[in-house]
Amino acid sequence: MQVTRRQFFKLSAATLGGSSLAALGFSPSEVLAEVRNFKLERTTETRNTCPYCSVACGIILYSLGDKAKNAKSEIIHIEGDPDHPVSRGSLCPKGAGLLDFVHSETRITFPEYRAPGASNWTRVSWEWALERIAKLMKEDRERNFIAKNDKGQTVNRWPTVGFLAASASSNEAGYLTHKVLRSLGIVTLDNQARV
Amino acid sequence: MTNTWMDIKNANVILVMGGNSAEAHPVGFKWVIEAKAHNRAQLIVVDPRFNRTASVADFYAPIRAGTDIAFLSGVIHYLLEKDAIQHDYVKAYTNASFLVREDFGFDEGLFTGYDEKERKYDKSTWQYELDELGFAKVDETLQHPRCALNLLKKHVSRYTTEVVSDITGTPKEAFLKVCEVIASTAAKDRTLTSLYALGWTQHSVGAQNIRTLAIIQLLLGNIGMPGGGVNALRGHSNIQGLTDLGLLSDQLPGYMNLARDEETSRSAYLEKRTPKPLRPGQMNYWSNYPKFHTSLMKAWYGKAATKDNDFCFDWLPKVDKVYDGLRAFDRMDQGKLSGYFCQGFNPLSSFPNKSKITQALSKLKFLVVMDPLATETSEFWQNHGEYHEVNPAEIQTEVFRLPTTCFAEEEGALVNSSRWLQWHWKGAEPPGECRTDIAIMADLFIKLRDLYRRDGGVFPEPILNLHWPYRMEEEPAPDELAKELNGYALADIPDPKDPSKVQVKSGQQLSSFAQMADDGTTASGTWIFCGSWTEAGNQMARRETSDPTGLGLAPNWAWAWPANRRILYNRASCDPAGKPWDEKRKLIQWDGSRWGGLDVPDFKADAGPDSGLSPFIMNNEGVARLFALDKMAEGPFPEHYEPFESPLGSNPLHPKVIYNPAARLFAGDKAMLGGHEEFPHVATTYRLTEHFHFWTKHAKINASLQPEQFVEVGEELARQLGIANGERVIVRSKRGFIKAVAVVTKRIKALQVGGKTVHQIGIPIHWGFKGVAKKGYLANTLTPFVGDANTQTPEFKAFLVKVEKDHSRGSAGHGQRAEAGKTRGETENASWLVRLLKGKTVG
Repeated sequence: MQVTRRQFFKLSAATLGGSSLAALGFSPSEVLAEVRNFKLERTTETRNTCPYCSVACGIILYSLGDKAKNAKSEIIHIEGDPDHPVSRGSLCPKGAGLLDFVHSETRITFPEYRAPGASNWTRVSWEWALERIAKLMKEDRERNFIAKNDKGQTVNRWPTVGFLAASASSNEAGYLTHKVLRSLGIVTLDNQARV
Repeated sequence: MTNTWMDIKNANVILVMGGNSAEAHPVGFKWVIEAKAHNRAQLIVVDPRFNRTASVADFYAPIRAGTDIAFLSGVIHYLLEKDAIQHDYVKAYTNASFLVREDFGFDEGLFTGYDEKERKYDKSTWQYELDELGFAKVDETLQHPRCALNLLKKHVSRYTTEVVSDITGTPKEAFLKVCEVIASTAAKDRTLTSLYALGWTQHSVGAQNIRTLAIIQLLLGNIGMPGGGVNALRGHSNIQGLTDLGLLSDQLPGYMNLARDEETSRSAYLEKRTPKPLRPGQMNYWSNYPKFHTSLMKAWYGKAATKDNDFCFDWLPKVDKVYDGLRAFDRMDQGKLSGYFCQGFNPLSSFPNKSKITQALSKLKFLVVMDPLATETSEFWQNHGEYHEVNPAEIQTEVFRLPTTCFAEEEGALVNSSRWLQWHWKGAEPPGECRTDIAIMADLFIKLRDLYRRDGGVFPEPILNLHWPYRMEEEPAPDELAKELNGYALADIPDPKDPSKVQVKSGQQLSSFAQMADDGTTASGTWIFCGSWTEAGNQMARRETSDPTGLGLAPNWAWAWPANRRILYNRASCDPAGKPWDEKRKLIQWDGSRWGGLDVPDFKADAGPDSGLSPFIMNNEGVARLFALDKMAEGPFPEHYEPFESPLGSNPLHPKVIYNPAARLFAGDKAMLGGHEEFPHVATTYRLTEHFHFWTKHAKINASLQPEQFVEVGEELARQLGIANGERVIVRSKRGFIKAVAVVTKRIKALQVGGKTVHQIGIPIHWGFKGVAKKGYLANTLTPFVGDANTQTPEFKAFLVKVEKDHSRGSAGHGQRAEAGKTRGETENASWLVRLLKGKTVG
């Protein structure tokens, strides 16, 4: 079994000064043999909220990697937050399975495009996808924007493109979405409040 | 929720009706158990199924799906007959004594003013009688026949125990037992809380289900009280937030709304939304509407919004009708929509009548799906065999699938059911090329803005001038947006008590919506969130768990809207003199000069008992409404209407008006409703504790916990149809069919309704054709495309189907084998669920 430099320092700091240990001739692997290395000890804890129902149980994400710039972190464990006044550390079967949602094999990891009539996806770049969407939106807005209704009243709406907004994304995401959509004149807008 | 999760522990009686919190909100339900264990609370469950909540209840009453108003109106009748109401509360805090106009009436299922052709009411008679000063007339003796209380008494007099039992199928004794327990909370020191969810909202009369309960809670004096309230247990983690932020067709943030076409000026728009008090001296909080609206326009259009251009009033779209989800898909189906975005939303699975949704999506020019997961909607054009049969070559829709981060990979606030804004932090980088919804919306906006800058176009002003002060244009940071949501001062705001002093300096965060102005000197993205990120920092990130009252408030944990108030209408927890109705439930009280206490008073801090100010400050009459005026689509009092697919095909109360007369039914959908002759069984959809909608079938552990699609069929019906436990069945509605394993159960009993036997079946919704779980049929294949008259929430909880044994070859893997599966070798190959049902989980 190997011990990394980082673990060695952590371990040493927890017992005696690292340098004195080395001076006494202990090598990292021998130290490791003495103390059990718990997996969660190496993780970073992050406070989060269960994304499913609206009880909003507190959760703790345990990730490997210390969030340094070039260290790619990975969540390896999720559990209930015992400090949370509502959930007090509990999770239901949904919340307890969150790690499998985060790492689900059916997560999408790159943008895809399906052309008219095609029976398959094509991988595309973000730039291409968003430029194409922006172009389609502008073309339609030019064609279907209603500045005035039949009675000549100013209405400034664009009724032909619609949007369903995410009810598990943050207030900040929802707010920015709303701000952008109304600036375009979108009125066909809904969220999961009903379903 | 008017109250909070933890506050449930203060209740004496807990009514779970229109929901199944033990199953769907299990951790929140711990507080029900807490109430039972430490407050000796009684738990009552009224539901078509003896569900998981019922299994720990003190009393369970069965009910026919879609008849809750009849049941609850019967409860009101009982309370008024037995005089089991909190008299002082009803008299002082409700409109019981208010006189209603003489020309208001109700006859044969219709209120006055009905227009049959438009299926709409002219509500002008649904009003108070006014005096010469424009104030509502009242009769404090409650003797006048047209005071709201007496009209209510008359209205519910038809809901006798016999009538209720005949409509709902609830046995009389069970109904009376529920009435008796509910009535016990009319005492000043006892409260009832109500926990409901989609079991009440997903009906063509959904909003009125909730209003009926609200009337009960007002009669019992339980609104504003710890352990009381009307508590909506919301479904998604931030559906409360999205609603607060107004992401609905005609809404704006903070429960403001868009102008209608005919409101052609800012002044006309504001005047209509700035109500006049209907009783002398009332606070009428919405009179501040212009301040909140102007602050929003400053947050959105910055310097471009000025007094001279009406703060860009015309830059916001106006609405001629509500373009809600059902209307959107109907218009899409008519070819009237070109493009559609689904941001973390899977409508192919969650909107009614899947075949209509598929047909509608196929008519779009383009569809954009933003989601962490591969949803059914994103692949509506792909053939998935029996679960989703389409021909991709015939579908000309361009589809974009954009990968987003999930909760663990982003930062920000979510609003829970108790209105708490809780901040969360990012735990890891997302996989692959996933981006946040913020980054996607910002990048798309910048690209559109660039196109308009470069090429010009139709009405570019709101796009070119959208206030975009963010450090990184393509990806505003959550903290920047949170501060904007809270609001900030654009000029020095003087202290109202001493104008020589400055209360908030220009550029500083506001600390209260009371500081907002209608002259363009303040900006705020959502006025009700003001106080969430002040000069003292991010209040939503607070993690102090102390609970000084012991009532479960945790006032320093996160932040609750409005103003960090934990229990809404808490002024009503005290009597008119300012003393708590119940000393053990002391939230606030009048100390002789001010309102003080451990919750934030829902009242003017220095308005004493002799000020004449009434506790429901958001209403312009200052009191809560037993009579709802013109606020509801189908009437100021609730009335029982049958579900659009009714097992009776008639309404025992008024055969000429069977269904909700104000509910919207699109032309093509009427033909897609089934009758009880062809589809004799009542179906209701529901959720399982192991699953969350259509997400958790993407998570292996949940897919393993509940792997097999099933429906619940009562023993008697199963016997009649020759269905054994574990056999495959086909469930058909007018709109399609699903196949599933039958769980034959004692949990659903046949009911006697209108002189006939009605069978109900339960349909869990969690299967589909994407994910890591075993494939199944989308349950919305069966459901009707009709919604509540006020909210357009689809009627998923009461519709008609026909259940039959599945004899098809395709069922050989389960049904036929299970049938023959009396031999051991056969059952071994059958599904996990079949084996479990047969008690053979191993082998």
